[in-house]
Amino acid sequence: MISFGYKIQTDRQIDFDSNNRRIFEFVKAGEPSIDWCMSCGTCASACTAAITTEYSLRRLIILARRGEEEEILNSVHRCRFCGKCINACPRGVNTRNIIYLIQLAVNKIAKHEI
Amino acid sequence: MKFDPFVLPFTLGLIFLLGYLAVKYTAWFTSLDRNDKSKVMTGFFSLSLIRAVKEVFLESLLHRRIFLRNRLLGFMHMSLAFGWFLLILVGNVEGRVYRPGEINPPYIPIFFRFFYANPEAFPFHRVFSFAMDLLLLLVLSGVILALVKRIYSRAYGMKRTTKLMTGDRFALAALWFIFPLRLLAESFTSAYYGGGDFLTGSAGSLLGNVLPAGELYYPAWWAYSLSLGIFFAALPFSRYMHIPTEVVLIFSRHFGMAETNKRTSFTEIEINSCSRCGICLDACQLSFAGGIRNVQSAYQLKSIRYKSIQPNESLNCLMCGRCASVCPVGIDISSIRMITRNEMNGRPPDASFSLQPVSKTRKSDVIYFAGCMTHQLPSIKKAMQTIFSRAGINYWFMDEHGGICCGRPMMLAGHREQANIMIEKNRQLILESGASILVTSCPICYKVFAKDYNLNIRVMHHSQYLFELAEKKQIILNPLYESAVYHDPCELSRDLRVYNEPRALVGKMAGLIPSAYEKENTLCCGNSLANFFASNDVRLSITRDAYEKLNAGDAQVLVTSCPMCRKAFEKVSGVPVKDIAELVVKSIHKNEQQHVPLQKKKIHTESRPLVMQE
Repeated sequence: MISFGYKIQTDRQIDFDSNNRRIFEFVKAGEPSIDWCMSCGTCASACTAAITTEYSLRRLIILARRGEEEEILNSVHRCRFCGKCINACPRGVNTRNIIYLIQLAVNKIAKHEI
Repeated sequence: MKFDPFVLPFTLGLIFLLGYLAVKYTAWFTSLDRNDKSKVMTGFFSLSLIRAVKEVFLESLLHRRIFLRNRLLGFMHMSLAFGWFLLILVGNVEGRVYRPGEINPPYIPIFFRFFYANPEAFPFHRVFSFAMDLLLLLVLSGVILALVKRIYSRAYGMKRTTKLMTGDRFALAALWFIFPLRLLAESFTSAYYGGGDFLTGSAGSLLGNVLPAGELYYPAWWAYSLSLGIFFAALPFSRYMHIPTEVVLIFSRHFGMAETNKRTSFTEIEINSCSRCGICLDACQLSFAGGIRNVQSAYQLKSIRYKSIQPNESLNCLMCGRCASVCPVGIDISSIRMITRNEMNGRPPDASFSLQPVSKTRKSDVIYFAGCMTHQLPSIKKAMQTIFSRAGINYWFMDEHGGICCGRPMMLAGHREQANIMIEKNRQLILESGASILVTSCPICYKVFAKDYNLNIRVMHHSQYLFELAEKKQIILNPLYESAVYHDPCELSRDLRVYNEPRALVGKMAGLIPSAYEKENTLCCGNSLANFFASNDVRLSITRDAYEKLNAGDAQVLVTSCPMCRKAFEKVSGVPVKDIAELVVKSIHKNEQQHVPLQKKKIHTESRPLVMQE
């Protein structure tokens, strides 16, 4: 093989398109304001559950958008629904309903309904 | 025995109705738990039975509570219910008097004029004819009023009426036809055979002039019987199930039954007692300020009853309790909503949330629990800390660096079991500290601590506690403002009736302006934790509406005692919004020279060149 002095690297991209985004679709159908989220993280910084657990709504929404389900399943039930995130959100996203709907979606996945 | 085939629709309908009710009520009774069953057994032989009968008379027949709201609406309900009841009662007495010693099948008093068209031979026949005509007129006036209400409900003090489902319309039509058909049947009979009094007699002679009464009276009796039969058959499946069930509800309530955390037969009785009268619709802020018109209690109970409830209906509620406070039947709708939310969320409890408390229990006299929302408004907790140290109280700030949530938001999301885990953990922490008073700054926490924790210590909202400190002269308050408006938070006022202490406390610092929407009639600020579904815009319009109704613009300051309410009103208010604790601190420090320490950090601001103006 001719040496050109450089080589083509192996493909390192993550293909999120192959993920199933059913959780995100389900939430968006019930709470369209999830689209307004700009992942600023204000909600996570205001969060009560985040004091004692590793819980971040910002992560949850990003993961839901990507269709990464595993971490969502592990952490979504840590929310206490206190609603501080709604007060904090600069975009007026109805964050608590998003969490409620993600939980509902997780339950539905467990029952093979979606 | 007197008989004619036309009585069959009525008789069959009545037999079906009574059979259905017997089966349904027996099923409800047998599925009661042992405790409730014994309540029923002992209740039947106690004074509460008499009280229950009195309430049935006042509410189910006279509709006293509706009368107190609006006289015309009350008269409409009373004339239909009490009028019809008397029609049956007097009819039965008439049957007894005219046919002593004979067995009267139930259809005889109902169709009396068919079998005894001209009862001149009987004693008191004038009295009975007159009474029956008068009662029929009373019921007919109710029917006419009900018709008018469909067209112009504002005359009855109702801006909105319930949207009916098809089955209800069917039953309603049958009900409306019953009494005009009775009038027709009796009038035709009177035209043909004579008899009848001022109503049926005059109507008969009028109709007899233009119509062949002899041919029409028999079909009219058939139609009357048919409409009765249809109504009875449709009753158990329509909103008119409330007629018999409300009586059962009143009795079971007087026997000491109440809603619990689970669905019981009492819940079923309450759900079936809703007449969808629509009085709750106008009370709902989501309706009059938020423009959401399909989630109000009448619709919610309907959906629960027919098992078509959706999460977005159940979660779209402020749980302010305004509907329950105006409900003429007194249905505990908030509890039913909580039960429904719980049922929709059948997830088993898990401990995926860590319960490690950040601070350890400290022995103290008073525990201060700020609550999640207070942590978003640090000035409130700082104010409380200042007041505590000022009054020299040995207190423990339980959630100073964050703590376990009180559990109410979890309950509102339908996770009762998880809430119970948190409640148990918090309870241990509270009891270990050996304190005698628990003070909280958040009405939501206060409600849960007072109702769900079973603490044997005093639970107080900070408005009550500060009032007590001021009364004992442990803090000295100075007048601050000339005028203030106090907004009652829902949980504090409607649920737990704490509205005199905060008012007295604010009264020591400012002149209170009364408002039409205070105490039990208070409005939700729109920021309620109970509503998962309402969008930001809906919440904001509710807040604006509540602010306008409070007339806070006339005052110098808007005072409230809930961090959520403060946060909500801050967005729309033209005057400063203060928590009661902030006001107290300001009032304590009023006559003192405040020492402002030198600020270490300076905020750098860009210096802009001045623009010369011409």
